[in-house]
Amino acid sequence: MSQPVGFLGRAAAIVGSEEGAAVDRGARQFTLSRSLALAELPIADDLRKRARAIRLRSLANLDRLLSRFTDEATAAGCRVHFAGDADEANRIVAGLLAGSTLVAKSKSMVSEEIGLNSHLESLGIDVVETDLGEYITQLAGDTPSHIIAPVLHMTRQQVGRLFADKLGVEYTDDPIRLNRHTRETLRGVFLAADAGISGVNMAIADTGSLVLVTNEGNGRLVTSAPKVHIALLGMERIVGSWDEAGVILETLARSATGQRLSVYTTVITGPRRPQDPDGPDEVHVVIIDNGRSDVLAGETAEILACIRCGACLNVCPVFRTVGGHGYGTVYSGPVGAVLTPGLMGPDPWWDLPYASTLCGACEEVCPVGIRIPTMLLHLREQAASEGRLPGWLNRGMRLYTRAAVEPARWARLRRTARRLSAPFSVRGWIRRLPGPARGWTASRDLPRPAKTSFAEWWREHRGA
Amino acid sequence: MAGPQVQLVVTCLVDAMTPQVGRATVSALERSGCRVSFPEGQTCCGQPAMNTGHTEQAREMAAHMLDVLDATTGPVVVPSGSCAEMMIHHYPRLFEGTEREDQARRVAARVRELTQFLVDDVGTHIRASSDGARIVYHYSCHGLRGLGLDRTADRLLYGVERLPLDGDRECCGFGGLFSIEMPPVSAAIMDAKLDRIEASEAEMLVGGDVSCLLHLQGGLRRRGSPVAVKHIAELLGDGE
Ligand code: SF4
Repeated sequence: MSQPVGFLGRAAAIVGSEEGAAVDRGARQFTLSRSLALAELPIADDLRKRARAIRLRSLANLDRLLSRFTDEATAAGCRVHFAGDADEANRIVAGLLAGSTLVAKSKSMVSEEIGLNSHLESLGIDVVETDLGEYITQLAGDTPSHIIAPVLHMTRQQVGRLFADKLGVEYTDDPIRLNRHTRETLRGVFLAADAGISGVNMAIADTGSLVLVTNEGNGRLVTSAPKVHIALLGMERIVGSWDEAGVILETLARSATGQRLSVYTTVITGPRRPQDPDGPDEVHVVIIDNGRSDVLAGETAEILACIRCGACLNVCPVFRTVGGHGYGTVYSGPVGAVLTPGLMGPDPWWDLPYASTLCGACEEVCPVGIRIPTMLLHLREQAASEGRLPGWLNRGMRLYTRAAVEPARWARLRRTARRLSAPFSVRGWIRRLPGPARGWTASRDLPRPAKTSFAEWWREHRGA
Repeated sequence: MAGPQVQLVVTCLVDAMTPQVGRATVSALERSGCRVSFPEGQTCCGQPAMNTGHTEQAREMAAHMLDVLDATTGPVVVPSGSCAEMMIHHYPRLFEGTEREDQARRVAARVRELTQFLVDDVGTHIRASSDGARIVYHYSCHGLRGLGLDRTADRLLYGVERLPLDGDRECCGFGGLFSIEMPPVSAAIMDAKLDRIEASEAEMLVGGDVSCLLHLQGGLRRRGSPVAVKHIAELLGDGE
């Protein structure tokens, strides 16, 4: 059966595995914390409306906000660069790092998106991830499986074994001791690094400021200890004012981890000033488009309102079953199913929008009310019209549609289905079907079509 | 009390696979004082095609249903949250900016899901009966999130012995053709649901959408589970 093999192939390898179980546990824990944190806010609905309005307004005025941000950040002493695509972004960062050998990095999804680490490493620059989850991911040679919890798919026993293998420390699965190992290693990196690279949760146009939200404080060290700080900003991650930023921050942590506020909210406005005791001498902001302009001009523009809280991943039945690795890229879950084909094009990502039951839990939970299911439908329409679906599905749908618009044919189709099902049925139930329908009978029985349809019964007993 | 004249849309699945749910729906409506008509020529709401991305074909089917229903008057009652939601929310969207837009809005405004209609519009006095079986209820997604149907089902089930079902607002993994296109994922989601249903010690699983119920019933049968599966209409009316 020709199938959307990409997602399905990856998913099939994860379903039912230890990884799948770990993802499900973690995602459910996040969802529970989130509902507790939002339940204490009497204005949760109101907050969502305001957050949505703010983000949509930012997208509608993106050009103006970006130019205001550029002016203000430059006035504060930053250097602002603009990268049209991943290659250009990598080149710009590599250029800024000429002569460097060690870089400390805090969590940045956009850096994963552009493949920055491997680019820098190919140039002989050591890049060390300093977010605990990212550090583990890097040590394992793995990719993140969740946009805010990169190692959601691992158990702490697995992390313990990894540390024992790779770092030669004594095995322990005690998170506190594992954390201490990491901290000791990373202290040295912060002090020795030639530069720090970070992502940005939100830029603020009015003051040219960068807001970083972390729970470990590593973001603060990455952006203040080394002499050079390079901030990677996804082009759409900007709001106009501090008032607006406040609303987003209020909802971000609650939606993401169920905290009222993340442990560290760092604001950076320009490099170190003469009176400052510390801070970098240079702050570079690299604003990255990489497909965002195209998304903005299309039917799925609203996905750019995303504040990357991860709540939609945590409630998604498909994500809970397969985890982020099933999606094949850095952006997974419902948001990824829309964003990835948008940013990276339909090849080979056209099948991600099909990795959804359209249950609507994502839209319900999203702090900015992004209409993800509607966009999934739109992307599916695009994939179907580009002829990407398997032949049996297209032929079957044509046959079905022709019958559905012509009642006599409809009745015949039903009778044919009943007749064809006869050899497969035992006492009204089917255990195994051939062809594409075996996807159903692989794990469930199927009732045989009824002898008398409702329409036939009605005509006989109630008809005029 | 003389209730309204209603137009029954049974849905393609009920028509072909579970006609007893259709008969029970008629009975529940009549017991609530309604007069029931069954518009001839009704087929499928078109949701299967919309969800696979065959939007043009979804429009063809929707247009056919609109013509069938627009020739009638009064509330259109559907014993499925999913199909009702399709007609209420997606018909107007699918025909936005076309010459059928008005028709789609006109028909959509008449469509009600069964429990919603019985509770909110008719204020029915009838209540569900499970003949003493202890039940769990599964809230299907489209009805729950699209139409807010939890309240109306709860009201009708008042008096039936209900057991708590962990995750009763979570998707069952059916997802229409998703169940055939992504079999291992759909089955894994279903299995988690079935584990919980079995752990609840209920004797009967009840829901408001035949689609999800057939998927769960098929899974329960494959496991050899004795849990019975019924549509809520079957607890409200006499289907025989
Ligand atoms: S789409 Fe919404 S719920 Fe999902 S990560 Fe973005 S903001 Fe959070």
